[in-house]
Amino acid sequence: MSVDLTAARTLSLADHTVRELNAALHAPDAERWEVLDPGGRHAIAAGLDAEISVEVAGHVGYYCAGMNQRASVHIRGNCGVGIAENMMSGKVVVDGDASQAAGATAHGGLLVIEGNAAARCGISLKGAEIVVGGSIGHMSAFMAQSGTIAVCGDAGEALGDSIYEARVYVRGEVASLGADCVAKELLEEHRLQLGELLERAGHGDLDPGEFRRYGSARRLYNFDVDDAGEY
Amino acid sequence: MCGIIGIFAKTEESERRLGEYAAQMLLQMADRGPDSAGMAVYRDPISERESKLCVQAPTGAALEAALEAARAGIGVETHHLIGERHALLVVPVPAEEAQHWFERELPEVAVDSAGRSIELYKDAVAPRDFIETFGLATMSGSHALGHTRMATESRVTPEGSHPFSTGLDVCLVHNGSLSNHNRLRAELAREGTVFRTENDSEVAAAYLTSKLRGGATLEQALEGCLEDLDGFYTFAVATADGFAVLRDPIACKPAVMAETDDWVAMASEFRALATLPGAEGATVWEPEPGVVYDWGKAAVR
Repeated sequence: MSVDLTAARTLSLADHTVRELNAALHAPDAERWEVLDPGGRHAIAAGLDAEISVEVAGHVGYYCAGMNQRASVHIRGNCGVGIAENMMSGKVVVDGDASQAAGATAHGGLLVIEGNAAARCGISLKGAEIVVGGSIGHMSAFMAQSGTIAVCGDAGEALGDSIYEARVYVRGEVASLGADCVAKELLEEHRLQLGELLERAGHGDLDPGEFRRYGSARRLYNFDVDDAGEY
Repeated sequence: MCGIIGIFAKTEESERRLGEYAAQMLLQMADRGPDSAGMAVYRDPISERESKLCVQAPTGAALEAALEAARAGIGVETHHLIGERHALLVVPVPAEEAQHWFERELPEVAVDSAGRSIELYKDAVAPRDFIETFGLATMSGSHALGHTRMATESRVTPEGSHPFSTGLDVCLVHNGSLSNHNRLRAELAREGTVFRTENDSEVAAAYLTSKLRGGATLEQALEGCLEDLDGFYTFAVATADGFAVLRDPIACKPAVMAETDDWVAMASEFRALATLPGAEGATVWEPEPGVVYDWGKAAVR
Protein backbone atom coordinates (compact mmCIF):
# COMPACT_ATOMS: atom_id res chain seq x y z
CA MET A 1 0.00 0.00 0.00
CA SER A 2 1.38 3.42 -0.91
CA VAL A 3 1.23 6.34 1.49
CA ASP A 4 0.32 9.77 0.18
CA LEU A 5 3.09 11.90 1.67
CA THR A 6 1.63 15.14 0.35
CA ALA A 7 -1.62 14.89 2.31
CA ALA A 8 -1.70 16.74 5.63
CA ARG A 9 -2.49 14.87 8.82
CA THR A 10 -4.64 16.67 11.40
CA LEU A 11 -4.52 15.68 15.03
CA SER A 12 -6.41 17.29 17.92
CA LEU A 13 -4.94 17.34 21.40
CA ALA A 14 -8.52 17.30 22.69
CA ASP A 15 -8.65 13.70 21.44
CA HIS A 16 -4.99 12.61 21.70
CA THR A 17 -2.25 12.91 24.30
CA VAL A 18 0.94 14.86 23.62
CA ARG A 19 2.77 11.53 23.88
CA GLU A 20 0.63 10.09 21.06
CA LEU A 21 1.20 13.20 18.95
CA ASN A 22 4.95 13.14 19.45
CA ALA A 23 5.16 9.40 18.76
CA ALA A 24 3.39 10.02 15.43
CA LEU A 25 5.70 12.91 14.61
CA HIS A 26 8.78 10.84 15.47
CA ALA A 27 7.82 8.24 12.83
CA PRO A 28 5.99 10.47 10.38
CA ASP A 29 3.85 9.04 7.60
CA ALA A 30 3.12 12.48 6.14
CA GLU A 31 5.10 15.62 5.37
CA ARG A 32 2.56 18.12 6.64
CA TRP A 33 0.89 18.04 10.04
CA GLU A 34 -1.68 20.22 11.73
CA VAL A 35 -2.13 20.14 15.51
CA LEU A 36 -5.42 21.46 16.89
CA ASP A 37 -6.43 22.39 20.45
CA PRO A 38 -2.92 22.67 21.92
CA GLY A 39 -4.40 24.27 25.08
CA GLY A 40 -0.99 25.37 26.38
CA ARG A 41 0.22 21.77 26.79
CA HIS A 42 3.94 21.16 27.30
CA ALA A 43 6.50 19.51 25.00
CA ILE A 44 4.34 19.67 21.87
CA ALA A 45 6.35 18.58 18.80
CA ALA A 46 9.51 18.02 20.86
CA GLY A 47 12.34 15.84 19.61
CA LEU A 48 11.43 15.86 15.90
CA ASP A 49 14.05 14.59 13.45
CA ALA A 50 12.50 14.57 9.95
CA GLU A 51 11.89 17.02 7.13
CA ILE A 52 8.24 17.62 7.99
CA SER A 53 6.24 20.76 8.65
CA VAL A 54 4.02 21.03 11.71
CA GLU A 55 1.51 23.81 12.27
CA VAL A 56 0.05 24.26 15.74
CA ALA A 57 -3.25 26.15 15.88
CA GLY A 58 -3.09 27.96 19.22
CA HIS A 59 -1.00 28.66 22.32
CA VAL A 60 1.56 26.08 23.50
CA GLY A 61 3.21 25.43 26.87
CA TYR A 62 6.82 24.72 27.83
CA TYR A 63 9.62 23.32 25.62
CA CYS A 64 7.63 23.24 22.39
CA ALA A 65 9.78 22.03 19.46
CA GLY A 66 12.64 21.32 21.88
CA MET A 67 15.68 19.54 20.41
CA ASN A 68 14.25 20.07 16.93
CA GLN A 69 16.20 18.68 13.96
CA ARG A 70 15.27 19.36 10.32
CA ALA A 71 11.54 19.93 10.98
CA SER A 72 9.70 23.20 10.46
CA VAL A 73 7.31 24.05 13.31
CA HIS A 74 4.90 26.98 13.14
CA ILE A 75 3.00 28.09 16.28
CA ARG A 76 -0.08 30.17 15.54
CA GLY A 77 -0.15 31.62 19.05
CA ASN A 78 2.08 32.28 22.06
CA CYS A 79 4.50 29.85 23.62
CA GLY A 80 5.63 29.12 27.17
CA VAL A 81 9.13 28.66 28.59
CA GLY A 82 11.96 27.30 26.42
CA ILE A 83 10.58 27.26 22.86
CA ALA A 84 13.04 25.43 20.52
CA GLU A 85 15.36 24.74 23.44
CA ASN A 86 18.49 22.98 22.22
CA MET A 87 17.32 23.05 18.60
CA MET A 88 19.91 21.47 16.28
CA SER A 89 18.52 22.43 12.86
CA GLY A 90 15.25 23.26 11.10
CA LYS A 91 12.98 26.23 11.69
CA VAL A 92 10.55 27.29 14.41
CA VAL A 93 8.20 30.25 13.96
CA VAL A 94 6.00 31.74 16.70
CA ASP A 95 3.29 34.16 15.58
CA GLY A 96 2.76 35.56 19.09
CA ASP A 97 4.95 36.13 22.14
CA ALA A 98 7.45 33.76 23.73
CA SER A 99 8.04 33.28 27.45
CA GLN A 100 11.50 33.11 28.97
CA ALA A 101 14.52 31.15 27.71
CA ALA A 102 13.42 31.08 24.06
CA GLY A 103 16.00 29.22 21.98
CA ALA A 104 18.11 28.36 25.05
CA THR A 105 21.30 26.43 24.20
CA ALA A 106 20.18 26.00 20.57
CA HIS A 107 22.99 24.71 18.33
CA GLY A 108 21.50 25.35 14.90
CA GLY A 109 18.41 26.20 12.92
CA LEU A 110 16.32 29.38 12.86
CA LEU A 111 13.87 30.55 15.55
CA VAL A 112 11.58 33.43 14.57
CA ILE A 113 9.38 35.08 17.21
CA GLU A 114 7.02 37.63 15.67
CA GLY A 115 5.98 39.14 19.00
CA ASN A 116 8.09 39.75 22.12
CA ALA A 117 10.38 37.29 23.88
CA ALA A 118 10.64 37.47 27.69
CA ALA A 119 13.75 37.15 29.88
CA ARG A 120 16.82 35.08 28.99
CA CYS A 121 16.14 34.82 25.27
CA GLY A 122 19.00 32.92 23.62
CA ILE A 123 20.65 32.05 26.93
CA SER A 124 23.80 29.95 26.33
CA LEU A 125 23.15 30.05 22.58
CA LYS A 126 25.46 27.62 20.80
CA GLY A 127 25.07 28.43 17.11
CA ALA A 128 21.40 28.89 16.19
CA GLU A 129 19.89 32.06 14.76
CA ILE A 130 17.07 33.89 16.58
CA VAL A 131 15.06 36.75 15.09
CA VAL A 132 12.58 38.59 17.34
CA GLY A 133 10.06 40.93 15.73
CA GLY A 134 9.34 42.69 19.03
CA SER A 135 11.50 43.18 22.12
CA ILE A 136 13.44 40.82 24.39
CA GLY A 137 13.56 40.70 28.21
CA HIS A 138 16.40 40.94 30.71
CA MET A 139 19.50 38.72 30.77
CA SER A 140 19.10 37.77 27.12
CA ALA A 141 22.10 36.20 25.34
CA PHE A 142 23.59 35.36 28.76
CA MET A 143 26.81 33.35 28.15
CA ALA A 144 25.83 32.98 24.48
CA GLN A 145 28.69 31.15 22.80
CA SER A 146 27.99 31.35 19.07
CA GLY A 147 25.11 32.09 16.72
CA THR A 148 23.11 35.26 16.12
CA ILE A 149 20.24 37.08 17.83
CA ALA A 150 18.54 39.89 15.88
CA VAL A 151 16.00 42.00 17.78
CA CYS A 152 13.77 44.41 15.85
CA GLY A 153 12.56 46.11 19.05
CA ASP A 154 14.31 46.80 22.37
CA ALA A 155 16.43 44.70 24.73
CA GLY A 156 15.99 44.51 28.52
CA GLU A 157 18.61 44.83 31.23
CA ALA A 158 21.99 43.07 31.26
CA LEU A 159 22.03 42.15 27.59
CA GLY A 160 24.79 39.71 26.69
CA ASP A 161 26.16 39.22 30.20
CA SER A 162 29.35 37.09 30.03
CA ILE A 163 28.81 36.61 26.30
CA TYR A 164 31.34 34.63 24.24
CA GLU A 165 31.31 34.79 20.44
CA ALA A 166 27.59 35.10 19.66
CA ARG A 167 26.52 38.19 17.71
CA VAL A 168 23.62 40.33 18.92
CA TYR A 169 21.91 42.94 16.76
CA VAL A 170 19.35 45.30 18.32
CA ARG A 171 17.35 47.87 16.35
CA GLY A 172 15.82 49.70 19.35
CA GLU A 173 17.02 50.67 22.82
CA VAL A 174 19.13 48.49 25.11
CA ALA A 175 18.20 49.02 28.79
CA SER A 176 21.73 48.03 29.92
CA LEU A 177 24.62 45.82 28.88
CA GLY A 178 25.77 42.89 31.01
CA ALA A 179 29.34 42.26 32.16
CA ASP A 180 31.85 42.15 29.29
CA CYS A 181 29.24 42.96 26.61
CA VAL A 182 29.98 46.02 24.47
CA ALA A 183 28.58 47.82 21.43
CA LYS A 184 30.65 47.13 18.32
CA GLU A 185 30.91 48.70 14.91
CA LEU A 186 28.48 47.40 12.29
CA LEU A 187 30.83 46.53 9.42
CA GLU A 188 29.84 45.61 5.88
CA GLU A 189 30.13 41.88 6.62
CA HIS A 190 27.65 42.31 9.49
CA ARG A 191 25.21 44.30 7.32
CA LEU A 192 25.29 41.50 4.76
CA GLN A 193 24.88 38.75 7.36
CA LEU A 194 22.04 40.58 9.11
CA GLY A 195 20.29 41.54 5.86
CA GLU A 196 20.33 37.93 4.71
CA LEU A 197 19.06 36.69 8.10
CA LEU A 198 16.23 39.25 8.24
CA GLU A 199 15.23 38.28 4.69
CA ARG A 200 15.03 34.59 5.65
CA ALA A 201 13.02 35.47 8.76
CA GLY A 202 10.44 37.48 6.80
CA HIS A 203 11.72 40.87 7.99
CA GLY A 204 13.51 41.80 4.75
CA ASP A 205 11.77 45.19 4.77
CA LEU A 206 14.01 46.35 7.62
CA ASP A 207 17.28 48.16 6.93
CA PRO A 208 20.20 46.33 8.61
CA GLY A 209 21.85 49.74 8.96
CA GLU A 210 19.27 50.64 11.65
CA PHE A 211 20.60 47.90 13.96
CA ARG A 212 23.49 48.14 16.39
CA ARG A 213 25.83 45.25 16.99
CA TYR A 214 26.81 43.94 20.44
CA GLY A 215 29.33 41.32 21.39
CA SER A 216 32.04 40.25 23.79
CA ALA A 217 34.80 42.59 24.93
CA ARG A 218 36.73 39.34 25.59
CA ARG A 219 37.96 40.53 28.97
CA LEU A 220 36.44 37.68 30.96
CA TYR A 221 37.92 34.80 28.96
CA ASN A 222 40.78 34.51 31.45
CA PHE A 223 40.58 35.73 35.00
CA ASP A 224 42.42 38.98 35.57
CA VAL A 225 42.31 40.44 39.05
CA ASP A 226 41.71 43.89 37.54
CA ASP A 227 38.38 42.58 36.18
CA ALA A 228 37.17 41.25 39.53
CA GLY A 229 34.55 43.99 39.68
CA GLU A 230 33.00 42.74 36.46
CA TYR A 231 31.97 39.38 37.87
CA MET B 1 7.33 24.55 41.96
CA CYS B 2 3.72 25.46 42.97
CA GLY B 3 0.79 26.63 40.90
CA ILE B 4 -1.19 29.83 41.21
CA ILE B 5 -4.50 30.86 39.70
CA GLY B 6 -6.60 33.98 39.98
CA ILE B 7 -9.82 35.03 38.30
CA PHE B 8 -11.96 38.16 38.44
CA ALA B 9 -15.49 38.05 36.98
CA LYS B 10 -16.56 40.99 34.81
CA THR B 11 -20.10 39.78 34.06
CA GLU B 12 -22.96 38.28 36.09
CA GLU B 13 -22.63 35.03 34.13
CA SER B 14 -18.94 34.77 35.11
CA GLU B 15 -19.81 35.56 38.73
CA ARG B 16 -22.37 32.79 38.75
CA ARG B 17 -19.86 30.29 37.33
CA LEU B 18 -16.78 31.59 39.16
CA GLY B 19 -16.25 28.47 41.29
CA GLU B 20 -16.49 26.21 38.25
CA TYR B 21 -13.94 28.34 36.37
CA ALA B 22 -11.55 28.52 39.32
CA ALA B 23 -11.83 24.78 39.99
CA GLN B 24 -10.99 23.92 36.36
CA MET B 25 -7.98 26.22 36.48
CA LEU B 26 -6.76 24.78 39.78
CA LEU B 27 -7.06 21.24 38.45
CA GLN B 28 -4.75 22.13 35.55
CA MET B 29 -2.16 23.31 38.08
CA ALA B 30 -2.43 20.08 40.11
CA ASP B 31 0.86 18.61 38.88
CA ARG B 32 2.71 21.82 39.74
CA GLY B 33 1.66 21.28 43.36
CA PRO B 34 0.26 17.90 44.44
CA ASP B 35 1.02 18.37 48.20
CA SER B 36 -1.71 20.80 49.22
CA ALA B 37 -4.34 23.03 47.73
CA GLY B 38 -6.28 26.10 48.72
CA MET B 39 -8.68 28.67 47.40
CA ALA B 40 -10.09 32.00 48.52
CA VAL B 41 -13.45 32.98 47.05
CA TYR B 42 -14.98 36.42 47.51
CA ARG B 43 -18.78 36.15 47.71
CA ASP B 44 -21.99 37.12 49.50
CA PRO B 45 -20.74 40.12 51.53
CA ILE B 46 -22.36 40.45 54.95
CA SER B 47 -23.21 43.55 57.00
CA GLU B 48 -20.65 45.68 58.82
CA ARG B 49 -21.91 44.47 62.20
CA GLU B 50 -21.06 40.86 61.39
CA SER B 51 -18.03 38.95 60.17
CA LYS B 52 -17.29 35.81 58.22
CA LEU B 53 -14.63 33.48 59.57
CA CYS B 54 -13.12 30.39 57.97
CA VAL B 55 -11.65 28.14 60.65
CA GLN B 56 -9.95 24.77 60.75
CA ALA B 57 -9.33 22.57 63.78
CA PRO B 58 -6.89 19.66 64.17
CA THR B 59 -9.75 17.12 64.41
CA GLY B 60 -13.50 16.92 63.90
CA ALA B 61 -14.03 16.64 67.66
CA ALA B 62 -11.93 19.75 68.26
CA LEU B 63 -14.03 21.62 65.69
CA GLU B 64 -17.27 20.60 67.43
CA ALA B 65 -15.88 21.74 70.76
CA ALA B 66 -14.67 25.01 69.23
CA LEU B 67 -18.11 25.74 67.77
CA GLU B 68 -19.67 25.10 71.18
CA ALA B 69 -17.21 27.48 72.84
CA ALA B 70 -17.68 30.14 70.14
CA ARG B 71 -21.46 30.06 70.53
CA ALA B 72 -21.05 30.76 74.23
CA GLY B 73 -18.14 33.21 73.84
CA ILE B 74 -19.00 35.50 70.91
CA GLY B 75 -22.17 34.03 69.46
CA VAL B 76 -22.45 32.24 66.11
CA GLU B 77 -25.29 33.29 63.78
CA THR B 78 -24.78 30.57 61.19
CA HIS B 79 -22.20 27.93 60.54
CA HIS B 80 -21.47 25.61 57.64
CA LEU B 81 -19.32 22.54 58.17
CA ILE B 82 -17.03 21.52 55.31
CA GLY B 83 -15.36 18.14 55.47
CA GLU B 84 -14.49 17.12 59.03
CA ARG B 85 -12.25 19.91 60.26
CA HIS B 86 -13.27 23.09 58.42
CA ALA B 87 -16.16 25.47 58.99
CA LEU B 88 -17.46 28.80 57.76
CA LEU B 89 -18.96 30.88 60.57
CA VAL B 90 -20.90 34.12 60.59
CA VAL B 91 -20.51 35.84 63.94
CA PRO B 92 -22.21 38.98 65.27
CA VAL B 93 -18.97 40.81 66.16
CA PRO B 94 -16.36 42.68 64.08
CA ALA B 95 -13.78 40.42 62.41
CA GLU B 96 -10.74 41.61 64.38
CA GLU B 97 -12.51 41.08 67.67
CA ALA B 98 -13.54 37.58 66.58
CA GLN B 99 -9.98 36.76 65.46
CA HIS B 100 -8.55 37.91 68.80
CA TRP B 101 -11.11 35.87 70.66
CA PHE B 102 -10.07 32.71 68.80
CA GLU B 103 -6.34 33.43 69.31
CA ARG B 104 -6.93 33.91 73.03
CA GLU B 105 -9.51 31.22 73.77
CA LEU B 106 -8.89 28.51 71.15
CA PRO B 107 -5.26 28.77 70.02
CA GLU B 108 -5.40 25.26 68.51
CA VAL B 109 -8.04 26.45 66.01
CA ALA B 110 -6.65 28.31 62.99
CA VAL B 111 -8.65 31.25 61.66
CA ASP B 112 -7.71 30.96 57.98
CA SER B 113 -9.56 34.12 57.00
CA ALA B 114 -11.74 36.84 58.43
CA GLY B 115 -13.68 39.62 56.78
CA ARG B 116 -17.00 40.45 55.16
CA SER B 117 -16.73 38.60 51.86
CA ILE B 118 -13.63 36.34 51.87
CA GLU B 119 -14.04 32.56 52.27
CA LEU B 120 -10.69 30.77 52.42
CA TYR B 121 -10.33 27.00 52.37
CA LYS B 122 -7.08 25.02 52.35
CA ASP B 123 -5.79 21.60 53.26
CA ALA B 124 -2.84 19.26 52.80
CA VAL B 125 -4.63 17.12 50.20
CA ALA B 126 -4.33 16.63 46.44
CA PRO B 127 -5.99 19.43 44.44
CA ARG B 128 -8.64 17.15 42.89
CA ASP B 129 -9.75 15.87 46.32
CA PHE B 130 -9.67 19.41 47.67
CA ILE B 131 -12.01 20.71 44.95
CA GLU B 132 -14.48 17.88 45.60
CA THR B 133 -14.41 17.98 49.39
CA PHE B 134 -14.93 21.72 49.57
CA GLY B 135 -17.56 21.85 46.78
CA LEU B 136 -15.70 24.66 45.08
CA ALA B 137 -17.09 24.12 41.59
CA THR B 138 -20.60 25.11 42.68
CA MET B 139 -19.61 28.40 44.32
CA SER B 140 -20.46 31.75 42.82
CA GLY B 141 -18.45 34.86 43.60
CA SER B 142 -16.82 38.01 42.29
CA HIS B 143 -13.21 36.78 42.29
CA ALA B 144 -11.03 33.93 43.50
CA LEU B 145 -7.38 33.03 44.11
CA GLY B 146 -6.08 29.48 44.27
CA HIS B 147 -2.84 27.64 44.94
CA THR B 148 -1.40 24.16 44.51
CA ARG B 149 1.67 23.53 46.64
CA MET B 150 4.89 21.62 46.09
CA ALA B 151 6.63 22.28 49.39
CA THR B 152 10.29 23.32 49.40
CA GLU B 153 10.78 25.52 52.46
CA SER B 154 8.72 23.97 55.21
CA ARG B 155 6.52 21.04 56.21
CA VAL B 156 3.40 19.92 54.37
CA THR B 157 0.61 20.75 56.83
CA PRO B 158 -2.95 22.12 56.45
CA GLU B 159 -1.80 25.40 58.01
CA GLY B 160 1.26 25.59 55.76
CA SER B 161 -0.99 25.54 52.69
CA HIS B 162 -1.86 28.67 50.74
CA PRO B 163 -3.58 31.14 50.52
CA PHE B 164 -2.32 32.96 53.62
CA SER B 165 -4.59 35.60 55.05
CA THR B 166 -2.84 38.94 55.27
CA GLY B 167 -5.53 40.96 57.01
CA LEU B 168 -9.30 41.35 56.83
CA ASP B 169 -10.55 40.27 53.40
CA VAL B 170 -6.94 40.13 52.12
CA CYS B 171 -4.97 37.02 51.20
CA LEU B 172 -1.82 36.00 49.34
CA VAL B 173 -0.62 33.06 47.26
CA HIS B 174 3.06 32.58 46.45
CA ASN B 175 5.11 30.59 43.97
CA GLY B 176 8.79 30.76 44.82
CA SER B 177 11.04 30.81 47.85
CA LEU B 178 12.29 33.64 50.04
CA SER B 179 15.83 33.63 51.41
CA ASN B 180 15.55 36.37 54.07
CA HIS B 181 12.33 35.14 55.70
CA ASN B 182 13.93 34.20 59.05
CA ARG B 183 15.21 37.71 59.70
CA LEU B 184 11.93 39.27 58.51
CA ARG B 185 9.95 36.86 60.69
CA ALA B 186 11.95 37.92 63.73
CA GLU B 187 11.39 41.61 62.95
CA LEU B 188 7.64 41.13 62.41
CA ALA B 189 7.35 38.97 65.55
CA ARG B 190 8.90 41.83 67.55
CA GLU B 191 6.11 44.06 66.18
CA GLY B 192 3.59 41.57 67.56
CA THR B 193 2.76 39.28 64.62
CA VAL B 194 1.91 35.73 65.70
CA PHE B 195 3.23 33.12 63.25
CA ARG B 196 1.59 29.72 62.98
CA THR B 197 4.09 28.02 60.64
CA GLU B 198 7.75 28.03 59.55
CA ASN B 199 6.57 28.88 56.04
CA ASP B 200 8.34 31.64 54.09
CA SER B 201 5.08 32.63 52.36
CA GLU B 202 3.44 33.29 55.73
CA VAL B 203 6.22 35.82 56.32
CA ALA B 204 5.43 37.52 52.99
CA ALA B 205 1.76 37.63 54.01
CA ALA B 206 2.65 39.09 57.41
CA TYR B 207 4.93 41.64 55.75
CA LEU B 208 2.03 42.84 53.58
CA THR B 209 -0.30 42.93 56.59
CA SER B 210 2.20 45.05 58.48
CA LYS B 211 2.56 47.48 55.55
CA LEU B 212 -1.23 47.72 55.06
CA ARG B 213 -1.77 48.34 58.79
CA GLY B 214 0.81 51.10 58.57
CA GLY B 215 -1.39 52.87 56.03
CA ALA B 216 0.17 51.70 52.76
CA THR B 217 -2.07 50.99 49.78
CA LEU B 218 -1.89 47.46 48.36
CA GLU B 219 0.21 48.77 45.48
CA GLN B 220 2.63 50.51 47.87
CA ALA B 221 2.83 47.40 50.05
CA LEU B 222 3.68 45.25 47.02
CA GLU B 223 6.26 47.77 45.83
CA GLY B 224 7.81 47.46 49.29
CA CYS B 225 8.34 43.74 48.57
CA LEU B 226 10.74 44.66 45.78
CA GLU B 227 12.94 46.41 48.38
CA ASP B 228 12.55 44.21 51.42
CA LEU B 229 12.07 40.63 50.19
CA ASP B 230 15.05 38.63 48.94
CA GLY B 231 14.26 35.56 46.86
CA PHE B 232 12.03 34.31 44.12
CA TYR B 233 8.37 35.07 43.95
CA THR B 234 5.28 35.42 41.88
CA PHE B 235 2.62 36.75 44.25
CA ALA B 236 -1.09 37.12 43.72
CA VAL B 237 -2.91 39.12 46.40
CA ALA B 238 -6.68 39.43 46.64
CA THR B 239 -8.68 42.13 48.41
CA ALA B 240 -12.43 42.60 48.76
CA ASP B 241 -12.41 44.51 45.45
CA GLY B 242 -10.03 42.62 43.17
CA PHE B 243 -6.58 41.13 42.91
CA ALA B 244 -2.98 42.17 42.19
CA VAL B 245 0.03 40.32 40.77
CA LEU B 246 3.74 40.92 41.31
CA ARG B 247 6.80 39.04 40.03
CA ASP B 248 10.27 39.57 41.49
CA PRO B 249 12.75 41.46 39.28
CA ILE B 250 14.60 38.25 38.25
CA ALA B 251 11.29 36.65 37.25
CA CYS B 252 12.25 32.97 37.38
CA LYS B 253 8.75 32.03 38.50
CA PRO B 254 6.18 32.03 35.74
CA ALA B 255 2.95 33.99 35.35
CA VAL B 256 0.58 34.48 32.44
CA MET B 257 -2.43 36.77 32.29
CA ALA B 258 -5.44 36.91 30.04
CA GLU B 259 -8.46 39.13 29.67
CA THR B 260 -11.76 39.01 27.78
CA ASP B 261 -14.96 41.06 28.13
CA ASP B 262 -16.13 38.43 30.64
CA TRP B 263 -13.14 37.91 32.94
CA VAL B 264 -9.55 38.77 33.87
CA ALA B 265 -7.38 35.84 34.94
CA MET B 266 -3.82 34.92 35.86
CA ALA B 267 -2.11 31.58 36.25
CA SER B 268 1.33 30.05 36.49
CA GLU B 269 0.83 28.53 33.05
CA PHE B 270 -1.40 29.16 30.06
CA ARG B 271 -2.95 25.69 30.20
CA ALA B 272 -4.93 26.81 33.26
CA LEU B 273 -6.26 29.82 31.33
CA ALA B 274 -7.07 27.60 28.34
CA THR B 275 -9.92 26.03 30.33
CA LEU B 276 -11.83 29.35 30.45
CA PRO B 277 -14.59 30.14 27.94
CA GLY B 278 -13.29 32.45 25.23
CA ALA B 279 -9.62 31.80 26.09
CA GLU B 280 -8.72 31.33 22.40
CA GLY B 281 -9.71 34.91 21.64
CA ALA B 282 -8.42 36.45 24.89
CA THR B 283 -5.69 39.05 25.13
CA VAL B 284 -2.80 37.10 26.63
CA TRP B 285 0.42 38.49 28.06
CA GLU B 286 3.20 37.78 30.51
CA PRO B 287 3.49 40.27 33.38
CA GLU B 288 6.75 42.23 33.41
CA PRO B 289 9.17 41.57 36.26
CA GLY B 290 8.97 43.99 39.17
CA VAL B 291 5.72 45.63 38.02
CA VAL B 292 2.50 45.60 40.09
CA TYR B 293 -0.62 44.69 38.09
CA ASP B 294 -3.99 45.13 39.73
CA TRP B 295 -7.66 44.83 38.97
CA GLY B 296 -10.47 46.25 40.99
CA LYS B 297 -14.18 46.55 40.42
CA ALA B 298 -13.64 50.22 39.59
CA ALA B 299 -10.85 49.47 37.13
CA VAL B 300 -12.69 47.03 34.89
CA ARG B 301 -16.34 48.05 35.06
